Amino acid sequence: MADTAVKEVKKREPLLGKKERKLLLDPLNDNNPITVQVLGICSALAVTSMVLPSVVMAVAVTFVTAFSNLFVSLLRRRIPKQVRMIAQLVIIAFLVTVVELLLKAYNYPVYKQLSVYIGLIITNCIVMGRLEAFAMANKPWQSFLDGIGNGLGYGAILITVAVVRELFGKGSLFAGTPIALNIIGPNADYWIDTSSNPWFSWYVNNNLMVLPIAAMFIIAILIWIQRTVNPKLVDAS
Amino acid sequence: MSNSYIITFTFILTAVVALSLTVLRQATEPLAEKNEELFKKKAILAAVKDYLPGGKSIDEFSGDEILSLFDKQVQDIVVDATGKVVAEDGGENIEVAKVWKEAPEKRQLPVYIYKHPEHTCYIFPMRGKGLWDDIWGNIALGPDLNEVVGVAFDHKGETPGLGAEIKDNPKFAEQFAGKKIFDEQGQFVSIVLKKGGAAPGDEHAVDAVTGATLTSDGVTAMLKDALSWYLPYIESVKAGKQ
Repeated sequence: MADTAVKEVKKREPLLGKKERKLLLDPLNDNNPITVQVLGICSALAVTSMVLPSVVMAVAVTFVTAFSNLFVSLLRRRIPKQVRMIAQLVIIAFLVTVVELLLKAYNYPVYKQLSVYIGLIITNCIVMGRLEAFAMANKPWQSFLDGIGNGLGYGAILITVAVVRELFGKGSLFAGTPIALNIIGPNADYWIDTSSNPWFSWYVNNNLMVLPIAAMFIIAILIWIQRTVNPKLVDAS
Repeated sequence: MSNSYIITFTFILTAVVALSLTVLRQATEPLAEKNEELFKKKAILAAVKDYLPGGKSIDEFSGDEILSLFDKQVQDIVVDATGKVVAEDGGENIEVAKVWKEAPEKRQLPVYIYKHPEHTCYIFPMRGKGLWDDIWGNIALGPDLNEVVGVAFDHKGETPGLGAEIKDNPKFAEQFAGKKIFDEQGQFVSIVLKKGGAAPGDEHAVDAVTGATLTSDGVTAMLKDALSWYLPYIESVKAGKQ
């Protein structure tokens, strides 16, 4: 009797074993949804001109990928394959509407700022990509972690791009939040006042950074750096 | 899997989802409505920001303070296209976005009169088209119905960092204070957004938003259209005062 009990304990998988940690951390680098899987590019171009909307977007997408992975994984044996995509979409749309309703009730200014993009999470290919590639074939807890990992991987790139774009495009960081920093600009509101500082009189904000094209360059440069630093991503050929 | 299973599965899934969303919506509706009302009234009072009690800025007021200030100090009248006041009260319940779609001569729109002891302000809601979608705002005129006290703009989907600056950059709205909508002969000229910057001392122009020509043109058109619609009312108040 005692023997079988020990065996059962051993059999039970740990909540955060090696495999689970890999699920959570892989998307941050080796399997990043944006720079490696090349998913979710459109929203990465659209919302990253400032840090605040990027952070909210990252949180919202993480919530949606995590819970849609969880629900789809729970239902994976019951979803008929003929209506697989429709069932997945219903679940994604449900979660996105939940995010929208909660933001509307508890953080109205951010809801106003992001309204269009929140609805567009439904079309974010990361969400459906992870459902198809992972949640349909794996257990709920692992799927949930995979969702969180991919949401975080997406968010990390989003925020990196947004920091670069906001700093060089507008001379500020975290504008619209209580910790807003005005770093460089043409008047005394900024730390480095280009109108009076002799070292920076040549500096002007780069308007290209404000445009979505800038995100394209920055993401490409991030991919370049990542491939140089990470040997796992170098093609064998 | 059989067809009947597929149909049952789809039906149950959608029913469960629809039901939970209904419950959640019912639960959050009161909060969302209060937020919406607060947001609207804040945008109206933001246009008269220099004349708020205690000289405080609009962001220093709590939600309830804004609602009670609006109740006490703002009269919401309704005017029609001929400038006639059709109701002395109830303008705040009018959905400007909806009314704006009607033919100009059929519209009945609110005018908010902010009762300041020395400086009565008239606040006019406006609606127009930006680059991507609707833009709107409120413009407050002083007691002479000529000099601008302040403006507050908002938009549905202008590009963050470019067109969205009409709302996000407080310096853009600040430019409007002190500008005039009538020239010295009393002709209506509105206020235009000048690309490349307004000439110093120009009372009828402000700097356009850099990199957002179409949004700026939209704001110029909105100011002109909206103010000309209110013109009969403005003239009648002016005539009544003399």
